[in-house]
Amino acid sequence: MNLVKDQFLRLAKAARRGAVSKVTLALATVLVVSFLSSFVSAQDWVKTGTNLGVEKPRLAVADFKPSSNDPQNTTLLKTFNDTLWGDLDVSGIVELVSKSFYPLQQPGQPTDVNFLAWNAPPPNAAMLAFGSLGVSQGRLTVQGWLYDVKNTQSPLILGKQYADDAPSEASARVMAHKFADEIIFRLGGGIPGIAESLIYFVSDRGGHKEIWGMDYDGANQHQITHLGTISLSPRISPDGSRIAFSSLTKVGWEIMMYSLDLSRMVSFPRYGGGTNLSPAWSGDGLKLAFSSSRSGEPEIYVADASGGNSRRLTDSKGPDVSPAWNRKTNAEIAFVSGRTGLPQIYTMGTDGTNQQRMTDQGYAVSPNWSPNGQFLTFAWVRKYGPGDPGASDIYLMDIASKQWVQLTHDGGRNDFPSWSPDGRHIVFQSNRSGQIEIWSMLADGTKAQQLTFSGRNTQPNWSWK
Amino acid sequence: MKHNSTKWLFLVLALGALLALGACKKKAAPPPPPPPPPPPAPTASISVDPSSIQAGQSASLTWQTTNATDVSIDGIGAVQPNGSQSVSPTESTTYHLVAKGAGGTQEATARLTVTQAPPPPPPPPSVSDEDLFNQNIKDVYFDYDKYNVRPDQESSMQSDVQFLTQHSNITFTIEGHCDERGSTEYNIALGDKRATTVKDALVAGGVGADRIKTISYGKEKPFCTESNEACWQQNRRDHFVYTK
Repeated sequence: MNLVKDQFLRLAKAARRGAVSKVTLALATVLVVSFLSSFVSAQDWVKTGTNLGVEKPRLAVADFKPSSNDPQNTTLLKTFNDTLWGDLDVSGIVELVSKSFYPLQQPGQPTDVNFLAWNAPPPNAAMLAFGSLGVSQGRLTVQGWLYDVKNTQSPLILGKQYADDAPSEASARVMAHKFADEIIFRLGGGIPGIAESLIYFVSDRGGHKEIWGMDYDGANQHQITHLGTISLSPRISPDGSRIAFSSLTKVGWEIMMYSLDLSRMVSFPRYGGGTNLSPAWSGDGLKLAFSSSRSGEPEIYVADASGGNSRRLTDSKGPDVSPAWNRKTNAEIAFVSGRTGLPQIYTMGTDGTNQQRMTDQGYAVSPNWSPNGQFLTFAWVRKYGPGDPGASDIYLMDIASKQWVQLTHDGGRNDFPSWSPDGRHIVFQSNRSGQIEIWSMLADGTKAQQLTFSGRNTQPNWSWK
Repeated sequence: MKHNSTKWLFLVLALGALLALGACKKKAAPPPPPPPPPPPAPTASISVDPSSIQAGQSASLTWQTTNATDVSIDGIGAVQPNGSQSVSPTESTTYHLVAKGAGGTQEATARLTVTQAPPPPPPPPSVSDEDLFNQNIKDVYFDYDKYNVRPDQESSMQSDVQFLTQHSNITFTIEGHCDERGSTEYNIALGDKRATTVKDALVAGGVGADRIKTISYGKEKPFCTESNEACWQQNRRDHFVYTK
């Protein structure tokens, strides 16, 4: 793809100065408000900690207009408009103005914008995204703008142009993701958007449990491994180049490594028996933690990313499994231990010291650390009793205070939460639809949406960027 | 008259003396006895008709002896010197007749062959170690989220130890399994614990550690796929698999 050209650099610079100062002011206000209200409501510390606490501007997104008469435009426009809307809708940082409030005349370029038709009720929008798309001489071009429609004097916040010499729905989708991420970056406190992030997971839709990948919104689902056995627990490296996972061999479970750069398996030392599973990358990509029974008990180990220099961190009677690094500090590891009976979440230093139990009851598994290092998310059957243990839900815990919030309430089995790179989203598996599938939600538990619909899909893992 | 009676008395006495003298004379001079003839040697014969029967049928056993005072047949006992008897043995038998008499001992035998009534079944296939293993080894079951061997499984463990110590050439794998509840990764670690716990117990019971491999399937390979306790219990187990 032929890329990103800032056509409106001079205008944009001036406009951005205004926008940035506005955003800074808004942020400061929100921080003060949320600091005060955190004493009142438990949900507020979640919103600020997950970057969802910013004031949500009302954003109108006009359907992009065709800029040529090419017959491909109709399909590509639909893909682009649907993708852009979807990205902004799940972003968690804007309030999208319903399309039923939009004026009949929608702009395709800056000269078309009728400010009053957008900044006054009924739309009452603060922001307007608009633009055009067209194929001309075999080249797909998208122009997009973001306007502060309350600021009629210098409304331009963002102007972008994207082009691709091989027009396709995939390229239209990528352009929509890029434009959405630009908007989210500017309106969401300077945190990069996640519209181009990826999710790796396990699917049995091909007959065996293999590692699959997809776009963060569920598009472009594709099989990655073809090992014909049972492969589990995919964990993408921080640079996005390798997937560590575990596979069943004839003699036990081994840690496996797949290179996305080379599109093939690459060597990783095998132990040759026992149970080696649940790999986890450190935030710097230099280390892997995993569980291994090589000493007789399933314990947590840390090794170099090459698999060498492995050393044991835990030494307990019960199973220790599912390590997760604090990816902000790389100095702590959360894990699951059955040392007192039912599995509980623990944290420890990366040398195995200072092991602390985080959960006080029930059945708690599958910890995952928030990008800012403040929270753990995990799956918890809090009310465990005889017989059927009941619902497994996704929880979020503030590590310092051990305060927790329940994020899912559907009564099903929810497990394997994994945080998005922007800290605003969590992907997880759930059987709430009747079959076990991948879902995502905002990190405050709202806006759950199903991403997979074919076969049984489990153990999602969100890319680091 | 007196004179007459004396005469008669004399006569009686004289006759008596004559009689007595005659008798004494015989005793006093016996002729030398002739040597007794040597006792004849006994003879013996025995036969069975027919000489081959199927199990369940009978045959007639007939024997003759002469000059025997003590006749017996092994397995039957003492019999008359000559006789006949119906016999119905279940397997081939050799009848051994012994006739003893003053003239010595004579033996005779008769063989009765017995075939199995229904045509003999094909010889049973030799039972392999794997068959024995599968017939004798008992899987070990667990409680939810537990990996200790519970009391009602101890007898299975003991019989497994007994079989495995008696068949020390057998190597095998212990598969740890879990029910569908709970989390994938934790269940694989739990299944690993279930397998190694039972391995350790077998080793403590005298089964060589080098004969035992362990593997955990977690909840990936359930025996039963329904969502109820009966099914879950089937899946919470260590399953033994013969390897050699």
